[in-house]
Amino acid sequence: MSGVLVVFEPANRISYETVAAAQELGSALGIPVSAAIPGSDSTGDLASKKLEKIYTIDHPALKMYTPDGFTAALEQLIRHASPQYVLFPHTYQVRDYAPKLATRFNQVLVSDTISFRVEGGAVILVRQLFQGKLNADVRPGGDGPYFVSLQAGAFRADKAIAADTPAPVEAFSANLDASKVRSKPEEPFRESQRAVDLNAADVIVSVGRGIREKENIALVAALAQAMGAELAASRPICDNGWLPMERQVGSSGQTVSPKLYLAVGISGAIQHLVGMKGAKTIVAINKDANAPIFEVADYGIVGDLFEVVPALVEEIKKAKG
Amino acid sequence: MKVIVAIKQVPARDSQLRIDGAGKWIESSDLTFEINEPDAYALEAALQLKEKNGGEVVALCAGPAGAAQTIREALAKGADRALHIEEEKLYSCDTLAVARLLAKACAAENPDLILTGLQSDDLGYGQTGVVMAELLGVPHATLIMEVEKKDGSIRVKRELEDGWFQHVEMPLPAVLTIQSGISKLRYATLMGIKKAKSKEIKRLTAGELGVPLQSTVTVEKIHAPQKNKQTQLFEGSAKEAAAKLVEKLKFEVRVI
Repeated sequence: MSGVLVVFEPANRISYETVAAAQELGSALGIPVSAAIPGSDSTGDLASKKLEKIYTIDHPALKMYTPDGFTAALEQLIRHASPQYVLFPHTYQVRDYAPKLATRFNQVLVSDTISFRVEGGAVILVRQLFQGKLNADVRPGGDGPYFVSLQAGAFRADKAIAADTPAPVEAFSANLDASKVRSKPEEPFRESQRAVDLNAADVIVSVGRGIREKENIALVAALAQAMGAELAASRPICDNGWLPMERQVGSSGQTVSPKLYLAVGISGAIQHLVGMKGAKTIVAINKDANAPIFEVADYGIVGDLFEVVPALVEEIKKAKG
Repeated sequence: MKVIVAIKQVPARDSQLRIDGAGKWIESSDLTFEINEPDAYALEAALQLKEKNGGEVVALCAGPAGAAQTIREALAKGADRALHIEEEKLYSCDTLAVARLLAKACAAENPDLILTGLQSDDLGYGQTGVVMAELLGVPHATLIMEVEKKDGSIRVKRELEDGWFQHVEMPLPAVLTIQSGISKLRYATLMGIKKAKSKEIKRLTAGELGVPLQSTVTVEKIHAPQKNKQTQLFEGSAKEAAAKLVEKLKFEVRVI
């Protein structure tokens, strides 16, 4: 058992972050890095990256994603290629099948990993606990293979090393029985076109759970208005119907990178952070000094938003004259 | 339809967390606990399925003796009975070990459907439901927004990334992990709280289930995250802090 295998998801850009992480791990351990693309007969852009080999796994039963199909195909490939580490981007799709795949090997997917280090030839993985309030160093065990998924944004896609010559491609033929695939997926769909394009906004004022009640949203809306900003929100606010879904920032909403992102009463769960950490300047107002939002904030006020926000509105009006 | 809903007890959302002496978990003696929020939505989905299709809702929880409080709350909201796998140190077990316990307890019940939250707010592995399905040999789907029961099967709406959704149909029995926030959570009524007192909580242990508590993945230590950015905090009264922030936004960030 040797080498690192990246399971590549072409539709998701964070897959290149996984390639970069795998190259880093491979070089730290002195072992080769390969990649697998289930459900595809082409390597696309991946061939331009420095890899020992690229496995394509094309089969009618993989045309549409199912956990049964992907698990069976990857189980066969892993038994064939015998990697020590299998790395995935932590996408919704990976969350759906990778734990099942790891179980087939009596292993546990170390999910949502943010970094790793090598200690005496062994790899220690770092992942978040309590929605980012604490980190844990974990050690995989048993003979392997070790299954690891990597959090979006934890590694840099532009660090992926390019190949001098394209990697050899092996078309792996998986032995799959379509009748064994139990779930029947239908075509994906979108509910409605987005009317609000948060990406066009220079300044975004965003509100989270700390606002407590629907009636209080007006307070933050007044701040947005005073600043000439778009109003946005974290997921719980939109789930409650306090603001429309199209104003949601985060992994299930929009990804924004404005000049200024002002987060009010948002603790900063990773699902939210991935949607806004690209902002040029981030300001956080939160009562909890340990809230993960302060990990990414340039400026902050630790305090009661019900006092701070009205004071801000007043000061902004003064500053504008 | 018999629905098992797997719930977990976790520290309350706003808890101030302190790392314990061994550095492998948090100091839990002074914390208050509550149901893991995604599991509260799984419980709600289970109760709604029962209201629509009849049958039974069984709450299943693996956790310390203190988790009984969270189980009682589930019963007060309308679960018919509960299974409590009582073990004190499950936080040191990996997901496969815990899923084995839960799957073993489920197998004896022969449920039509097993629901749980998409992830826990403490460990956040986000995979217990999926691993249970694999251990039980039944199909699963994750991040579920809606469940529609059909004859011998279910059709679910699952969330994909970036505002996309998909319907998937699968035979029963099956495991679903429920997305948070998909419906309004009910409160326990006074009548519900009263009734919960006489509802059955069956206590089990790992030993009785014949499942060894062995983990492959081990936690070396837990620690506070290193800050990547230096945050400049503005202090003083709300008015003073606001004035300092506005000055910064006006003269340095230049957005006012």
